[in-house]
Amino acid sequence: MLAFIVQRLFQAIIVMFVVGLISFSLFQYVGDPVNNMLGPEGSIEERERLRERLGLNDPVPLQFMHYVGNALQGEFGLSYRMGKPVDELIVERLPATIELVFVSAIIALLVGVPMGVYTGLNRNSWLSRIFLTVSLVGISLPTFVIGILMILIFGVWLGWLPTFGRGGVVDLGGWQTSLLTLQGWSHIIMPAITLALFQLTLIMRLVRAEMLEVLRTDYIKFARARGLRNRAVNYGHALKNTLVPVITIMGLQIGSLLAFSIITETVFAWPGMGLLFLQGIAFVDIPVMSSYLVLMALFFVIINLIVDLLYYAVDPRLRAEHVGGAAH
Amino acid sequence: MAADIDHREVVPSLARRATDSVHRFFDGDVFYSFRRSPVAMAAFAVTLLLFFVAAFAPWVAPHNTDDVTTLNLMNARFPPWGFTDPFGTEGVAQFLLGTDDQGRDILSAMMFGLQISLKVGFASVILAAVVGTALGLISGYVGGKLDSVIMRIADIQLTFPAILIALLIDGTVAGLLPRALHQDLKVYVLILAIAASQWVNFARTVRGSTLVEKNKEYVQAARVIGVHPVLIMIRHVLPNVTGPVLVIATLSLALAILTEATLSFLGVGVPVTQPSLGTLIRIGQQYIFSGEWWMTIFPSLALVVLVLAVNLLGDWLRDALNPKLR
Amino acid sequence: MRLSRFIPVLAAAVAAVLATGADADAKTFRYATTGDILGLDPHSNNEGPTNTMKGNIYGRLVHRKPDLSLVPDLATDWSRVNPTTWRFNLRAGVKFHNGNTFNADDVVYSFKRQTQESSEMAFALASVEEVRKVGDLAVEIVTKGPDPILLLNMPNFYMVDKEFMEANGAFEVVRGAGKTNFANLNPNGTGPFKIVEWVQDNRVVLAPYDGYWGKADLETNVTEAIFTPIPNNATRVAALLSGEIDLMYPVPLQDVPRLDADPNVKVLQGPELRTIFLGFDHWRDELLDLPGTGKNPFKDVRVRKAFAHAIDTKAIQRVVMRGASTPTGLMVAPGINGFQKDMNTPYAFDPEMSKKLLTEAGYGDGFPLTFDCPNDRYVNDEAICTAVVPMLERVGIKVTLNAQTKSLHFNKIGKTEGNNTSFYMLGWTPGSYDAYNPLQNLMTIDGKGQGAWNSGRYNNARVEELTDMIAVTVDEKKRNDLIREAFKIHYDEVGHIPLHQQALAWGISSKTVDKVWQRPFNDVDLRYVVMK
Repeated sequence: MLAFIVQRLFQAIIVMFVVGLISFSLFQYVGDPVNNMLGPEGSIEERERLRERLGLNDPVPLQFMHYVGNALQGEFGLSYRMGKPVDELIVERLPATIELVFVSAIIALLVGVPMGVYTGLNRNSWLSRIFLTVSLVGISLPTFVIGILMILIFGVWLGWLPTFGRGGVVDLGGWQTSLLTLQGWSHIIMPAITLALFQLTLIMRLVRAEMLEVLRTDYIKFARARGLRNRAVNYGHALKNTLVPVITIMGLQIGSLLAFSIITETVFAWPGMGLLFLQGIAFVDIPVMSSYLVLMALFFVIINLIVDLLYYAVDPRLRAEHVGGAAH
Repeated sequence: MAADIDHREVVPSLARRATDSVHRFFDGDVFYSFRRSPVAMAAFAVTLLLFFVAAFAPWVAPHNTDDVTTLNLMNARFPPWGFTDPFGTEGVAQFLLGTDDQGRDILSAMMFGLQISLKVGFASVILAAVVGTALGLISGYVGGKLDSVIMRIADIQLTFPAILIALLIDGTVAGLLPRALHQDLKVYVLILAIAASQWVNFARTVRGSTLVEKNKEYVQAARVIGVHPVLIMIRHVLPNVTGPVLVIATLSLALAILTEATLSFLGVGVPVTQPSLGTLIRIGQQYIFSGEWWMTIFPSLALVVLVLAVNLLGDWLRDALNPKLR
Repeated sequence: MRLSRFIPVLAAAVAAVLATGADADAKTFRYATTGDILGLDPHSNNEGPTNTMKGNIYGRLVHRKPDLSLVPDLATDWSRVNPTTWRFNLRAGVKFHNGNTFNADDVVYSFKRQTQESSEMAFALASVEEVRKVGDLAVEIVTKGPDPILLLNMPNFYMVDKEFMEANGAFEVVRGAGKTNFANLNPNGTGPFKIVEWVQDNRVVLAPYDGYWGKADLETNVTEAIFTPIPNNATRVAALLSGEIDLMYPVPLQDVPRLDADPNVKVLQGPELRTIFLGFDHWRDELLDLPGTGKNPFKDVRVRKAFAHAIDTKAIQRVVMRGASTPTGLMVAPGINGFQKDMNTPYAFDPEMSKKLLTEAGYGDGFPLTFDCPNDRYVNDEAICTAVVPMLERVGIKVTLNAQTKSLHFNKIGKTEGNNTSFYMLGWTPGSYDAYNPLQNLMTIDGKGQGAWNSGRYNNARVEELTDMIAVTVDEKKRNDLIREAFKIHYDEVGHIPLHQQALAWGISSKTVDKVWQRPFNDVDLRYVVMK
């Protein structure tokens, strides 16, 4: 167990190191902080002084150490646009994205798993067929098209739901949430569904495939032979076994949700990190871009770590393997 | 067939091999399953039709929207033929699916947009497939340190969703190149960015197959008699991974088209003067409230149909090439 | 946690929220436009939406009311001591948002700060020689010559707190990417509203300033104002229709009928004083798009004329602007002091003549050109530019359109990047409502405070001379003749290509907004917003 965790932690650190290096080189070489801070009219002496002050004349490994040190303290430099510290910008935007991703993940799970179970158990019912067809269309529909269609139907034609922003937010000790008011929910529901749709279809198809696989196994056949009721077999045994891959995929998909929130945020003018990043790209605002990258990597690494650990906890085979000393 | 085999032993040319696999395809299970699957046949027909339309856009499109000098502002915002817009303008047969805000015929613009979308999609998938397959072969065949380096890079990259990688590469290039140059090279930057986000899938799959093939007796025999490793890889390993590579390539094509459309929608795609499907959707989107829906809906439909068809084809191909799933 | 235990917590939170939301006196005014403000430093940017926001926060000596009349603001009264000296008596007991008292030192300091080279607002005080303190609550403004329009420029002279700025080392008007400008993020004025927070690209929240000197006479009853930039036209319309915002501008032209038909929404339309025009690079010896040739076609008046005749302003008006614009041949709109009615003829649309002129000039095969354009500043700006591209292509010019968000566009064509443009779009409303303003800002380059947005560095010795004379000519008839002559020269040698004046269109929720004044400046002054 310990060896497993250490190994995963080690991997995580390597990933972060590499991402840090990429983001550092972006920051240092693509952005050229001196040029950006002084502009073209700065004199040579001014440049030299600034280089010295920023430590740009130090050896590169030392500069990288500085960068990592600052990043660990949450300092990512100043945005090129208004000279605001990037970490402040991120803190302003983070809650919006986290809440959006969270609600989407819940929707995807709560709808996707039951649909998957249903289609797995009732392979040939007409409802299953509809679900499956719809899911294929769902995978082929780009997120922004779904968003636009939803705006057109629910925002314009029916006029039921607001189409931009977060609405009223409530401040909970610095965390601005839109999940505590009805108005906030009316804002989040469309972007969240838009974002969830792809993951939802993915989960549904995955659960279905796993259910089919598990139901075919001897162990289920034996359970049935033992005279256990269908319900107990289906939910007590089969479903439980399908959850392992679902957890893994869901964990990995949270990463995708974070990335795809960029698109959803653009369509619905949702004031989150994705919009910040996109504007960072438009302005070639390297500090914003590089710190977004580091932050995303951190999220992904943490999620992967948790998934690995959960996986380990849920799947007895994996444990047995490691106890037995088998490595892969 | 016997003569054929003899011939092949004498001249092991790749071309011969290719015709041979075509024969095998039509005789074999795959084609049989294709003829049995109406969905696959429909998807194939639709894909083929769209490819044709895109490839011959300059000849089949009713208007040459690629040449901006032909645009007439006075033709702007016609609704589709048979429709009337909220301002009372009636559609004309000349513009079957209506026109956009610049007087561009939507149907023609979609055909040219399709061309750009497919160009970027194909180029990036081919690039990703070549690079990914080569790295996968090397990684699997050579093994050792090189293998773990390549696979660790793949692991790290796999943690990042494609769209993010593409955005990041685009942003970085924008920072490195002067703006005008960046605009000129935009299409290539896009291809590179999308390919960079997709090579991993190829590399991983090919590496897996290579590992299996590597230990087969005939490969080991070839090694013992001193055949050059590159030759072994091309002659023995590569043909065995074409199936999976084809499946991944098809599914990647759908993803690449989607990624390009998404980037164009986000405004970091191809220049506005050469609109791809994503750009057309982005421009048309402004007009959905005023009831001028055709500018968005038709390009969206085209995109969805294209991606759906390619996805269906890929899905079917995966099942057809994998007898276990049948 | 079990759900049953979670519900009471949630219920309590919801109740708390509802309780605060039910405050009967709260009047939150939410409004939106296309882009965010560029910064809160009053002396840094000269841009419409930014100036409007500055006006809510900062005081001026003189205030311009929606009917364009001038009334006392921080000065209680003023008089002309002699032809070049004005005396302003200052209001007593005025406090800045940070509690400091406003006095003559602040006026002198603000003058020095606003007239720095890096300030885009320097134009407003270009005629001023010095600002003298003549008492704690009185200043004298000495002009270089007799200035007929000094008062007209006073609403563009923003007062900052000397002690506050000095304590934070914020004298310099810092501009440019990656530079921190303290005043941009830390506004401190004497205006009726103060900034609660500014989340870039997301919202600016303002609250009434309790210590505002004119609180008793203030028309507005707004207790909180939230400004939101929504670049997407469709989203902005949807937000108004769904009651998410109380006011938005501009209404996308295609959506005017739809909004008009909605019983809960009112569309307020009127003429705007903004002229949209295209500009050339007049000064580089080599065009940016023709490296290595040593040629700048725009130095040849025939090429400029060819461009002017290639553009079909009527088609743009009819199709792109859906009729909601007035094609123009002048750089100023009707209603601006100095407008010449008889000279307001757009260049005739004549592509054949364009081709002929280009051939004569030696560019019969055209040349490549990058066209810089904003995409979130003016009504249909990107669409206008996209429409201009084929018109120019048809006479042989190979145009690459570079449409981008306004702050990048303004940086590129402006001084920040050294007028890094060959051909661009810009719009201009004279801040003083007088023709001298565009002459000074757009059509001359020489003196201090001149040519702030003359991005192509148009330069004509006679126009320079005339402009200097206009600045100090008090006689109205004589002044008008000088303006005529300058405009005539500019028109004849196609200094710029004026396209049109756009129309104002605001969408207002009639359910929540009782009264709002629409100035021809296309800005929302919170002083005059009254909620139901």
